[in-house]
Amino acid sequence: MLGGGRAVVVSTVSTIVFFGLIAAAFLFAPGSAQVRQEFFNLHDMKVALVGDPSHGVFSVGEAFLRNIEMFLIGEVLILALALLIAVVRQLRGPVFFPLRLVAIAYTDFFRGVPLILVIYTIGFGIPALGLRVVSTQSAEVYGLAALVLSYSAYVSEVYRAGIESVHESQTAAARSLGLSQWQALRFVVLPQAVRRVIPPLLNDFISLQKDTALVAILGTVIEANRAAQIYSSYAFNYSSFVLAALMFLVLTVPLARFTDHLIARDRRRRQAGGGR
Amino acid sequence: MIGAERVGAAAAEPSEAIRLEGVRKAFGGDEVLRGIDLSVATHEVICLIGASGSGKSTMLRCVNLLEPVDGGRILLWGEDITSPAVDVNAVRRQIGIVFQSFNLFPHMSVLRNVTLAPIRVLRMSRREADVRADELLGRFGLADKRDDYPDRLSGGQQQRVAIVRALAMQPRIMLLDEVTSALDPELVAEVLNVIRELAQAGMTMLIATHEMGFARDIASRVCFLDQGVILEQGPPQRIFTEPREERTRRFLQSIIEAGRM
Repeated sequence: MLGGGRAVVVSTVSTIVFFGLIAAAFLFAPGSAQVRQEFFNLHDMKVALVGDPSHGVFSVGEAFLRNIEMFLIGEVLILALALLIAVVRQLRGPVFFPLRLVAIAYTDFFRGVPLILVIYTIGFGIPALGLRVVSTQSAEVYGLAALVLSYSAYVSEVYRAGIESVHESQTAAARSLGLSQWQALRFVVLPQAVRRVIPPLLNDFISLQKDTALVAILGTVIEANRAAQIYSSYAFNYSSFVLAALMFLVLTVPLARFTDHLIARDRRRRQAGGGR
Repeated sequence: MIGAERVGAAAAEPSEAIRLEGVRKAFGGDEVLRGIDLSVATHEVICLIGASGSGKSTMLRCVNLLEPVDGGRILLWGEDITSPAVDVNAVRRQIGIVFQSFNLFPHMSVLRNVTLAPIRVLRMSRREADVRADELLGRFGLADKRDDYPDRLSGGQQQRVAIVRALAMQPRIMLLDEVTSALDPELVAEVLNVIRELAQAGMTMLIATHEMGFARDIASRVCFLDQGVILEQGPPQRIFTEPREERTRRFLQSIIEAGRM
């Protein structure tokens, strides 16, 4: 191991050199000035951020609130729906066979189909059905529904892994005290399972935050990605996309750091070896 | 609490608590129980001895309905609990079981481990469940551990909590499945003392154990299991001093040679 002081110096120097080389490559590239003008133009970013209603340009900042809204509502719905699916798959007994079958078919289907196809199918298919309430929702609702359906399939598998990681002797202990199958799951297995899968759940939510941008393909939902697109075709400048990217980073990076923090804490606890 | 209630109720209780008739159990092609017959009187303490794999644990799990039997029947105070119509949860409420590996709930404090079933199954109020739990924890020297989580406790303490957790359901029968096998030697005594106290209070118990000295001390009857049947049974003095069966003799001999007796 290096001494503390020396390690700091070495890592500082190597960091400066490393990023300096990348910056130099960027700055001295033949098309650098043009790229900076078209992608990193502060003036364009500023205009894109607040929007220009007189020219039909939406505010990327305001549109980003759609993403946050979809993400927050979606997350709650996904957590609930996925838990339901995971629990149904866990039910024992022949009576529940059809339910188990539906849950398995559901996860297989939605994990197997690309999210973008689900968004298209629901976003354009459901309105075309001409049903009374179901077919008259906004595109944002359909996009959100597609996200929830698709992500619930993944998240239910995360839950299921957690449930199966709880040793069956826990269930035996609960059942032997007279708890029903449902009570054993509810009070003994699920609390332990959910605690174990929090890091992978957060990982899926980082993906969800980004994937809210896919709803833009329905055209009429003005979320950040779509607003940036509108700005770029109005100003012939791509800085609005960079602005949108920065906004997503502001949202996802803290969650990523937090997830790593939880994983590291779990590892420390396990290494401390406090029982099970 | 338990002692007084048991003795008071004893007169009204039928004398036969558990009856096993030709109980069979196989896992895949592996026959673990091959016709177990046993009658356990109320307040009796039966110790099951025998080599690992002789069927002791499986027998206890069958009585608790954690394993369905493949043949024969089990009667609990005259009621056939192996019939499909029986309310499994109601049967388990009357039978406490304690496992070799404690199986405490790691995400709950000691107090919540003990009160979970009384609150959820017996529909006791939280306050009443807490009072009763504190009483039991105090009786077994665990009062100061009530708010700790299981991973903070020693093995002996964990196992005593597991016993208290089972007792909180006020069972009429206790099944103990090698409850000291996972403990460090110096922690065995504190758990055995708890069991001794239960026996003195008149608890009907079926105890699978490798602690022969303890079995000799506490059992009203010892059953030697061999290859899925009760090969020999009788009062501990006789079984341990003059076993009739050659296999029993050999088993006890091996135990003595291992220094466990």
